[in-house]
Amino acid sequence: MIVAKRKLFDDLYAKASAHKKVLLLGCGTCVTVCMAGGEKEVDILDSQLKLAAKERGGDFEVTTHTIVRQCDDEFFNEETSRKIAAADAVISLACGVGIQFCSEKYPEKRVYAGVNTVFYGATVEQGLWEERCAGCGECIVDKFSGICPVARCSKSLMNGPCGGATNGKCEVSDEIDCAWALIIKRMKELGTLEELSEITPPRDWSTARDGGPRRVVHESLRLDEGAKKDS
Amino acid sequence: MKTKSNIERLLEAGKFVVTSECGPPRGSDTEVIRKKGELLKGVVDAVNVTDNQTSIVRMSSLASCLILKEMGFDPIWQVVCRDRNRIAIQSDILGAAALGINNILCLSGDHQSFGDHPKAKNVYDIDSIQLIQTVKTLRDDGKFLGGDEVKGKPNLFIGAAENPFGDPFEIRAMRLGKKVKAGCDFIQTQGIYNLEKFGKWMEMVRDLGLHEKCAILAGVIPLKSAGMAKHMKKNVPGMDVPDSLIERLSGVPKEKQAEEGIKICVEMIQQLKEIKGVRGVHIMAIEWEQKVAEIAKAAGLSPRPQA
Repeated sequence: MIVAKRKLFDDLYAKASAHKKVLLLGCGTCVTVCMAGGEKEVDILDSQLKLAAKERGGDFEVTTHTIVRQCDDEFFNEETSRKIAAADAVISLACGVGIQFCSEKYPEKRVYAGVNTVFYGATVEQGLWEERCAGCGECIVDKFSGICPVARCSKSLMNGPCGGATNGKCEVSDEIDCAWALIIKRMKELGTLEELSEITPPRDWSTARDGGPRRVVHESLRLDEGAKKDS
Repeated sequence: MKTKSNIERLLEAGKFVVTSECGPPRGSDTEVIRKKGELLKGVVDAVNVTDNQTSIVRMSSLASCLILKEMGFDPIWQVVCRDRNRIAIQSDILGAAALGINNILCLSGDHQSFGDHPKAKNVYDIDSIQLIQTVKTLRDDGKFLGGDEVKGKPNLFIGAAENPFGDPFEIRAMRLGKKVKAGCDFIQTQGIYNLEKFGKWMEMVRDLGLHEKCAILAGVIPLKSAGMAKHMKKNVPGMDVPDSLIERLSGVPKEKQAEEGIKICVEMIQQLKEIKGVRGVHIMAIEWEQKVAEIAKAAGLSPRPQA
């Protein structure tokens, strides 16, 4: 899932207090699971803003609303559109995708980011999320026993480990597992360590970050109209 | 001979080579390099020039190499993969060769979080092993990574670093094997304090026959004090400083510790010379360049053969 972290309160208060009517728009998917921008977090922010406004003499009105997914057209229904129209500004607590989608859908509305989108990751223990994927466009995890060096090595080394690893920890911090130590341990267990003696050549990063937003096209699923627009 | 490198020539002649290093200054004053150079004149066969080591911005490694070259040195140009992509690196390789640089040392580079610009974005388009391969492809095949032909191949003697003490230990020799396969001509190791562990690593290296394909120069770092030894053990990534060494330094009065550190370093070099497959020594006297001559002399490594 996409993992995000809510922005600092004072930052959000400054944005909210610059308007008269603010809508806090939550998202029911990834950011709900990572507890950054779901219904619960929207309610918490709502209370915090109202309390702070009382204390600081802020004069603005806050309303709340959470939809299933902000990155999907179909969930911006009539009710949502009405609430957005009634507000002067929106603080979206969705990930960077949801925030942009919401902005694109309501171009006349000022939409603020309520969270920082951090990575693609998973819950590794209660209250702790960790990155697992860098979305680099060419998955190589099977070459490295299911552990991704692009996302998990501090230097994204393809032929690691570097000389800085000590006791299975990264040179950057002993709180970071050396991805290559994990790869080697796992490959040993699988009996595939010998494969590591092969040099991994420079990779094609054009799949990772290229000119403009990357796109995925399923020709068989496209409607004639969209395909025509593109050709 | 593949190149005009002084160390390649000496290694081919079967000589035990001595290298040291020079860290460029944090400014554009060339005097700092010249002064460091003066201290190493006639003492070493080649001098490494570090590339923004510990991720602290310094004068460019290539520019500093040129200053040392003008002084009569055969510099070893260090290049890290942290700050440049394959376009910039290949371009610099051509530039270095054009300026008469004969040696390159291919490194991953310390993570930027160690330095004075921890907010910087790192590059790591290619890693150190891929960099070795890149130089070799440019030099021997006359091809860029993109496949086009190079007009005027860069003749560089290719080096890399290896940490015999890095984790996990059992794959370190295999990783050296990868560097050799990629095209590495020589290796300079991390500073050695744990001779026993280094001996084990060399055994693994010899078992793979790597010492015959690539010259191994053993790294040493003289210790100035027991405090420095403790700091190295605790804070420098991949360092293995045995407690017995710290105890030995702590056992002498503070004002005598530097002298003891030099003694330890000299003994270490003498023992390293005896290990089969060790073809030279790399003395890294960090901001202590004035001691390199003394160490080399005491270890019986002076004078150096004429360049």
